[in-house]
Amino acid sequence: MAASEATVTAAQIGPAQVLTFAGRLDAAGAARVWDAAHAAARQNAAIGIAFDLTSVSFLDLAGATLLASVQAAHGAATADLRGASDRTRALFARACEAGGYARPPKRPPPPDATMRDVCGAALTALTGGVAFLGEVAVATVRLPGRRRMLRMQDLLRYADQAGVRSLPLVALLGYLMGLILAFQSAIPLRRFGADLFVANLVAISLIRELGPLLASVILAGRTGSAFAAEIGTMKVNEEVDAMTTMGLDPMTMLVLPRLAAAMLVMPVMTLALELAGLAGMATVMSAFNFPLVAILRQVQGAVTAVDLLGGLFKAICFGSAVAAIGCRAGLATGVGPRAVGLSATAAVVGGIVSTILLDGVFALLFYRLGL
Amino acid sequence: MTEPRPPAAAPAPVRAPVRAVAPIITVDGVAQRFGSRTIFRDVSFAVAPGEVFVILGGSGCGKSTLMKQLIGLLPPTAGRIVVAGRTITGPGADAALQAMRRSIGVMFQSGALFGSMTLLENVMLPLEVFTDLPHAAREEVARVKLGLVGLADAAGLMPAEISGGMAKRAGIARAMALDPPILFLDEPSAGLDPITSAGLDRLILDLRTDLGATFVVVTHELQSILAIADRCIMLDRGAFPDAGGMIATGDPRRLREESTQPIVRAFFHREMVAA
Repeated sequence: MAASEATVTAAQIGPAQVLTFAGRLDAAGAARVWDAAHAAARQNAAIGIAFDLTSVSFLDLAGATLLASVQAAHGAATADLRGASDRTRALFARACEAGGYARPPKRPPPPDATMRDVCGAALTALTGGVAFLGEVAVATVRLPGRRRMLRMQDLLRYADQAGVRSLPLVALLGYLMGLILAFQSAIPLRRFGADLFVANLVAISLIRELGPLLASVILAGRTGSAFAAEIGTMKVNEEVDAMTTMGLDPMTMLVLPRLAAAMLVMPVMTLALELAGLAGMATVMSAFNFPLVAILRQVQGAVTAVDLLGGLFKAICFGSAVAAIGCRAGLATGVGPRAVGLSATAAVVGGIVSTILLDGVFALLFYRLGL
Repeated sequence: MTEPRPPAAAPAPVRAPVRAVAPIITVDGVAQRFGSRTIFRDVSFAVAPGEVFVILGGSGCGKSTLMKQLIGLLPPTAGRIVVAGRTITGPGADAALQAMRRSIGVMFQSGALFGSMTLLENVMLPLEVFTDLPHAAREEVARVKLGLVGLADAAGLMPAEISGGMAKRAGIARAMALDPPILFLDEPSAGLDPITSAGLDRLILDLRTDLGATFVVVTHELQSILAIADRCIMLDRGAFPDAGGMIATGDPRRLREESTQPIVRAFFHREMVAA
């Protein structure tokens, strides 16, 4: 054992429980003897407590805090310090005073959330969402009188950020998706000699369903979160307040250009994803020795203009939902950098969930309309 | 980059006499509650045109909350506020707020410059939205405003490229973009070195003299208060047993010399107050 290592021994000597400390009582030493000292202090609580510090080589505020805490654990108002220097006594007095051992009563813990609280929170979120949509609608209606607040360079920047810069990712994911879909479906269809119809299957899946859906998920992950983080940071930095006090409408300046940009780029992203997916499918089909002309003819026969336009319409709706949720999450940002992270997370989760919910609604709608 | 100094200072600040004219800002019995906690209540004061009026007090006493009420970002839970002849509280406040915002400029504590725009574009933005000036004229006006705060050479910089003191001065330039009669400044000296802070104080006095604007300044920087304020109110968390409020009003130099209130003396003389 090192000579300076802290130790504590306890003994009842006369009318006091005496704890004899030795070695260095700094943070490391206090940690070493903390439990033992408290356990010893709780014994013989009816009598006084004394600390013998004759063999203590060093004591800092951590050591003094240990002594104050041990005294409080024993229940004594004062402790007899034996062999202590003036500095040690001063540190002990300061630790007793600043440590707040006469603590105010603890606040009762907040009650557990009930189903009513959960429903209340859900209702608040829902009404907040509806109010936000209302504000967007009002800002859109008032736009002709506030044209100068909608800055074209902002809209183009968001379109570039959301669309043009995501095209490589969209193309890569689309190509891989087409490749995988074609390969996985070719295996069972080959057993029935129907592997040429892989082209029909992949084309319809991509153009009606997967194209808009995947493009929207990419938009939510890449752009919805960026919208939320950007606006959230502006909120935290008081830029949104500055805008408001200047008479500039944050809905018109921050939300509308992002919404418009997302709605503009989503059909392009969707088309790019679909074309890349078809290229991936064609790669697999070519590997199975189908000529490109045959593949193209199958796709032309399978996909109608309604499929294509329906998919693009869905893409616009998904894009507006993702952008609106991202902007709302940004504007609802609380205080501090953690709030910005929470807003970005809320934007991604909300964007993906809303996309899938909307897709379900469209599936039902298209079925009822016979499309 | 080396921070440019603010424009040369007047040797001695010219103080506007408190004139017996209709106030440009009237605050009457204002209160703010958050949940069950009352931040302050019964706050009443009036600001005369051309004054530098300071709202002072210790940390957490509600200075910035009161300023948010004055600039229409936070509706008070009680009381009435009239700014530039428009009552911005109670029924019809929304329309009054819209109109009032053309009469005020606000500098936020951090400057709150738009991060995606250069300093010049920041100052040009209100001119672009609210005036019919051609682009070249807007740029000229914005450059003049930046020159007034000593940032003519920094017009092309982005907010991320400048220091805190420069951001505050750029914030003042943007607040002055439309020459509003009232300027609100939130903690203009906070976190600045004494030289930059004194430069900002001189800038405020110069602008008041040159432009005749009314300044409402929120600060707890003693040197600044004594340098710039014509009058002040002091808020304190313990003004009432259950809430904060206003504990003193008047010329800060007289308050420093004559007040017998322990908190006021403690604030001006850096004395310890018994808990």
